[in-house]
Amino acid sequence: MIRLTIGNENPGCELFIIGTRGMVKLLNFIAPLLLCTVLAGFAVAQDVILPSETNIIDSAMVAPDGSLPLGISNLIVRDNPNDDGNSIWLVWDKSPDDDLGKITSYIILRAESREGEYSRVGDVTSGTTEFFDNSAVDGVEYYYKIAAVNSLHDNGQLQWEMQAQSDPAGPVKSSAQWFDMRRFNVFIGVIFLCSAILYFISKAKTGKELFIRKIAGLDSVDEAVGRATEMGRKIFYVPGISDMDNVQTIAGVTILGRVAQLAAEYETWIEVPVCKSLVMVTAKEIVKEAYVKAGRPDAFNDNQVHYLTDDQFGYAAAIDGMIVREKPATIFYMGSFYAESLIMAETGNAAGAIQIAGTGQASQLPFFVAACDYTLIGEELFAASAYLSKEPKLLGSLKGQDMGKAAILIFIILGLILESFNIFQMSNWFSVR
Amino acid sequence: MRREIPLLITGIVGVVFVIQYFIPHYPFNQLNNWFSDWFSIIAACAIWLGALNLLKVSANKIYRKREDWGFSIVIIVCFLIITIIGFAEGEGFRNIGTKFDWLYQYVYTPLSSTMFALLAFFVASASYRAFRARNFDATLLLVAAFLVMIGRVPVGDAIAMKLHLPLSIYPSEISSWIMNVFNTAGQRAIMIGIALGIVSTSLRVILGIERAHLGGD
Repeated sequence: MIRLTIGNENPGCELFIIGTRGMVKLLNFIAPLLLCTVLAGFAVAQDVILPSETNIIDSAMVAPDGSLPLGISNLIVRDNPNDDGNSIWLVWDKSPDDDLGKITSYIILRAESREGEYSRVGDVTSGTTEFFDNSAVDGVEYYYKIAAVNSLHDNGQLQWEMQAQSDPAGPVKSSAQWFDMRRFNVFIGVIFLCSAILYFISKAKTGKELFIRKIAGLDSVDEAVGRATEMGRKIFYVPGISDMDNVQTIAGVTILGRVAQLAAEYETWIEVPVCKSLVMVTAKEIVKEAYVKAGRPDAFNDNQVHYLTDDQFGYAAAIDGMIVREKPATIFYMGSFYAESLIMAETGNAAGAIQIAGTGQASQLPFFVAACDYTLIGEELFAASAYLSKEPKLLGSLKGQDMGKAAILIFIILGLILESFNIFQMSNWFSVR
Repeated sequence: MRREIPLLITGIVGVVFVIQYFIPHYPFNQLNNWFSDWFSIIAACAIWLGALNLLKVSANKIYRKREDWGFSIVIIVCFLIITIIGFAEGEGFRNIGTKFDWLYQYVYTPLSSTMFALLAFFVASASYRAFRARNFDATLLLVAAFLVMIGRVPVGDAIAMKLHLPLSIYPSEISSWIMNVFNTAGQRAIMIGIALGIVSTSLRVILGIERAHLGGD
């Protein structure tokens, strides 16, 4: 191995020219092959990350003159901010030779002391100026170097490689943080929104009447249940295909309570075919309770809420079959829906049922609007429970929600004006990471 | 206690979940995964509740000879076939070449694809109804839909090229403009409303104000 140090051309950088033909010959004669094999095997067995210079293998060609790259500059090493530890962030200015195509990659080297043995912790392609070392151990001091590499490969075989290493940077220690500052804006937003909701809930408790705009889809619930009663047919209630960990499903089963109570009062059969076992258990409890509240616990049948399948299209096929065979008068779709939304809603439409849908899946709303009589668009689904119960505490939360909407509207208008005057800072406040 | 304990658990878990979003430090950074794992375990165990309910409802239908009880026989037979074969083939039941895999590839997948394919016909019938020019709004929808559709197929731009129209009014450009401006604006407005609704509902559930999902007020 020939090692040269270039002082004048590139201060602080070392040049390695490795693997000349002469070296190959020399190794053939001098180096005991068996010993090398044993040592290499030992290194692999111990999972040792070899220092960069020993990683460089024999070459068949000598590096041409002028292939020595210039090194990187301004290497900065810091603890990766806002993380759970074990990560160090490195940033540097790329080598001036990077734009000339003389850099093939950058190798990241790490040691636990400035003059210690540097081992390779990763590499990045040319043009990159950032690296996250996620193999750091919290509390341990590290030093880093970046080696700018110029190399030639032929058919996957390394022909020659030259490295220019930077000065070491450090020491740096990684640590975990107790607050993610990137989410400070979300924190402020949550505090504001929660405060507004809680304020209006407490205001509603004092008996102050709150105005809530009319929601046609919810006003027609009585009409839809009444229609089923008049026709002497069933009501189907479809709570979507998501499980109880989805807020839309929770909103869906919440409305189910009001609809089931109404159905119990009107002595109309309500059937709830579900897609998830946990939803079945919850819905069963809700319908049972609704029948008790309506004063008709005896009318509740355990089979009213039944499981079909977890499979999306299997569920859609089963619902379609039930709609075609049983011709319900009213169908409710309340919850989280995907591609099956239109398959079910169109079948219900063809069967002549009055249909009321509500979902928070923006992509499915056009389908429901096209196929159903009434559609609760996004937020209306979440407002339904409060709207139907008319309970002041729940209505108060809707008012708080409206305050959040008003604040967002103000910021949108403000942002529109500022961006029109080339002031882009405000939009950064709302970026979420 | 039947109400209070679930409310307490919901409240504590809800608050912890909100907090963990802002704290990257251990153990908060792991809570999301732990709770997800717990939920998956509970949901996996609960699937038996669903399966047994399906069998019970179907068997009841057959026993009482209710209308269309023949379909319930199909359900029970299919359920038993797939379950028995799955258990009989043991751990590698999902490997290629097993009987379970055969059923999956040649029975389940075509049936599922058939249902999905029906969507194309339902989209056509729903569009026909929605786009009928009955009033100004519906006419606007019809025109917008026509422009978007013509802009999404090569023939739209080909016609514009033949007519030597300026590039800025090519159907693909108009289509992109409608989608990027009007459609995106509408979608974002809905998304903001949904996000606020989710926060509000979550807060009501965490604070125990909303109790309907527990079976009553």
